[in-house]
Amino acid sequence: MAEDLNWAIGGEAGDGIDSTGKIFAQAQSRAGRHVFTSKDFASRIRGGYTAYKIRSSTERVQSVVDRLDVLVALTQRTIDENLDELHDRSVVVYDGERSWEAEIPGEIDAVDVPLKSLAEEAGGAIMRNVVALGAVCAIVDFPVEKLDEALEKRFGGKGEKIVENNKQAARLGAEYVEENYDGFDYSLETTDNDYVLLNGDEAIGMGAIAAGCRFYAGYPITPATDVMEYLTGRIDRFGGHVVQAEDELSAINMALGAARAGARSMTATSGPGIDLMTETFGLVATSETPLVICDVMRAGPSTGMPTKQEQGDLNMLLYGGHGEIPRFVVAPTTIAECFHKTVEAFNLAEKYQTPVYLVSDLALAVTEQTFAPEEFDMDAVEIDRGNVVDEDSIDEYLDEQGRFQPHYDAADGVSPRAFPGTTAGAHMSTGLEHDELGRRTEDTEERIDQVEKRQRKVETAQNEEDWSPREFGDPDADTLVLSWGSNEGAIVEAMDHLETEENLSVRFLSVPYMFPRPDLSDAIEAAEETVVVECNANGQFADVVEHDVLTRVERVTKFDGVRFDADELADAIRDVAADADEVTA
Amino acid sequence: MSSDVRFTDFKSDKQPTWCPGCGDFGTMNGMMKALANTGNDPDNTFVVAGIGCSGKIGTYMHSYALHGVHGRALPVGSGVKIANPDLEVMVAGGDGDGYSIGAGHFVHAVRRNVDMTYVVMDNRIYGLTKGQASPTSREDFETSTSPEGPKQPPVNPLALAHAAGATFIAQSFSSDAQRHTEIVQQAIEHDGFGFVNVFSPCVTFNDVDTYDYFRDSLVDLAETDHDPTDEQEAKEVIMDGETEHMGVIYQDEESVPFSELHGLDSNMAEIPDGAPEDAMDLVREFY
Ligand SMILES: Cc1ncc(C[n+]2csc(CCOP(=O)(O)OP(=O)(O)O)c2C)c(N)n1
Ligand code: SF4
Repeated sequence: MAEDLNWAIGGEAGDGIDSTGKIFAQAQSRAGRHVFTSKDFASRIRGGYTAYKIRSSTERVQSVVDRLDVLVALTQRTIDENLDELHDRSVVVYDGERSWEAEIPGEIDAVDVPLKSLAEEAGGAIMRNVVALGAVCAIVDFPVEKLDEALEKRFGGKGEKIVENNKQAARLGAEYVEENYDGFDYSLETTDNDYVLLNGDEAIGMGAIAAGCRFYAGYPITPATDVMEYLTGRIDRFGGHVVQAEDELSAINMALGAARAGARSMTATSGPGIDLMTETFGLVATSETPLVICDVMRAGPSTGMPTKQEQGDLNMLLYGGHGEIPRFVVAPTTIAECFHKTVEAFNLAEKYQTPVYLVSDLALAVTEQTFAPEEFDMDAVEIDRGNVVDEDSIDEYLDEQGRFQPHYDAADGVSPRAFPGTTAGAHMSTGLEHDELGRRTEDTEERIDQVEKRQRKVETAQNEEDWSPREFGDPDADTLVLSWGSNEGAIVEAMDHLETEENLSVRFLSVPYMFPRPDLSDAIEAAEETVVVECNANGQFADVVEHDVLTRVERVTKFDGVRFDADELADAIRDVAADADEVTA
Repeated sequence: MSSDVRFTDFKSDKQPTWCPGCGDFGTMNGMMKALANTGNDPDNTFVVAGIGCSGKIGTYMHSYALHGVHGRALPVGSGVKIANPDLEVMVAGGDGDGYSIGAGHFVHAVRRNVDMTYVVMDNRIYGLTKGQASPTSREDFETSTSPEGPKQPPVNPLALAHAAGATFIAQSFSSDAQRHTEIVQQAIEHDGFGFVNVFSPCVTFNDVDTYDYFRDSLVDLAETDHDPTDEQEAKEVIMDGETEHMGVIYQDEESVPFSELHGLDSNMAEIPDGAPEDAMDLVREFY
């Protein structure tokens, strides 16, 4: 079994925790190791505890665990916060020259490295975190040269000298540990694999560009901002543009305008922003405008816990808005799926001229994970723009007076689209109820026709598209686990553990479509016990599952702001499986 | 674009339901004439309308159009124009729509300087909701929701625009058909955000800011020696609390519109059948 390394650096916000963590994560990835990162941060820029954790292994890792092997502690609080996770092989790196007295329980190996002095020797105190990285390399027997490429990537823009100084800082850290300590029993394997390392927001941004998105308008909000930051400067290379709007109301309306002009268009926000966008969401649907609206969930309600994990927006995404609004709600379950589902969201939006909520969550957004580059296969990206008419094909949709009918009452509910500039296509779109021409109406027949037409698009999509869940584990197991969003990785790891250590197998369906949803009734009926795992207090997904299949399900929920880890899920699943056993007996 | 477009080509076959005598008829006619005179046709024109009696304008005109939600027409227009710079974009709405619920967007649309024309039908009242005070209503104007007057000073939309860095500020009067058409035309021809506040009287709910009032009080800047490129002069007109003016008040001849500033000249509707050719580079960045 390949050995995991669970590493963390912690200190105060402003201590450079993030960039140090990122350098180490990249070094691990460049050494052909799989990496999974997680961040613990407070909603402030300076001060306040913050930590960056990395789990790496030669095998795929896709969840956090509650163990820490090596901890770089820049403050006493870092040690206090992580005490529970330290074990008898753990090593803590700290700087005894700093003013705080490190209080570290005796049984834990504490390595005192003069980070600041060594950094100064290499060219500047600012590099003390890099000295720490060098020290860690020596502790875990990871070649310090493997840091070099990551340092080049991070500091390359600042000149050769800075890069060299940083490499030197890392070496000094490693040498210091080699000279002053010995006997650590870690030895990290490296491989020749080439991995890419990215987070969910970046995968969404990359998916958007791949899918031909050319216009993005957004307003900064944690944890969705990275989508905008990714697209800024990149989308322009492909002829697109990012606008930082004055607020979310403006963002969604700009995105709507661009979509009506024919562009593939998107906005991304988090819960509070979705609240603000909801009025326009109805307009997007009634005017039958294709639009991708991404909600990267965080803990609510109201401003809630902006930097903490939750999956509490499902009800709003399914039901939000006055009146009845046909929509698709697509929820990627892994970082790679963030890419694939974004591409799919654009196709669904345009094929059915319906708004699509693309739902991600903080755990996907801020977590980085390694993948083989082929998992983002650009050649496999297909673009379906749906029923777009041009000068020649528009005739079919003109009425007797030669007027274009943008809301033509087609049997499948999907009407033609004419991009502005198309001859004979001029037409009105409105949030008012309208006739086939787009003109306001309060005629009862026309109202019924248009409502039914919009609903029919969903039925058509239900029949034409594949809404299957992602399937894991033993299809014949007594216990069925259901989940959505970022929990997939932790559940899969928990299952691996239960399978290998306890010979317990379960069936797991990870559901990437919240609306329309796959039909889960057969799977639930075949199982003795069904448990739904999600990060919210009420079990919002469990509610809709119960509604769909008219059967009670168990719930494993978590709403403390922290994502599930594999160990706690293994415990929860084992409990449910025990109940299933009783049922069988 | 065809040269034989007549302004009536911009008329839809819907009969307006505005009250007989409403100022919005004249405002709309002038907009249609200005569009035709500047060589546009319905198929290259996009009209975005707000909510209110004024916002119904999109329904009565024939072009590509969107009638949105209250106060949000400007962002929609910005999105349309940025996505396809070849389109002629015109945004229209009322004083409530633009200066109350949409005030935030107004300031930022002005700053952004997207090359489009914004026409506000200023009747100094909420028409569609039947006569409440609007942001431009006078301090002592009695309405159903302000029986003793709003008791707060009206906003000065021209000053708001100027403070936000407007590159084109004009005011017109819907019943002066020729001047109104000329002014809107100049706004269309302006490279950037062309803002026109139009006095467009509500004959049903506003018995103070009437046709007669504007006819008697308006001073046409074309008949004075006003130089709209002189910012200082423009400021004086804008801040003049005594006189109501009509005409082009300010125009920045150096104005660089948003799309030009950001080097955007392509129609974003045109995309390849699959991922862009060099998309794999995006993945490699994450090595
Ligand atoms: C969110 C929202 N709030 C309120 C309304 C109701 N409403 C419709 S029109 C209007 C005011 C219109 O006033 P103005 O913009 O001055 O236009 P006018 O009717 O005078 O032309 C209001 C408040 C609405 N449609 N949407
Ligand atoms: S209520 Fe006033 S603004 Fe509305 S249509 Fe009648 S006159 Fe025009």
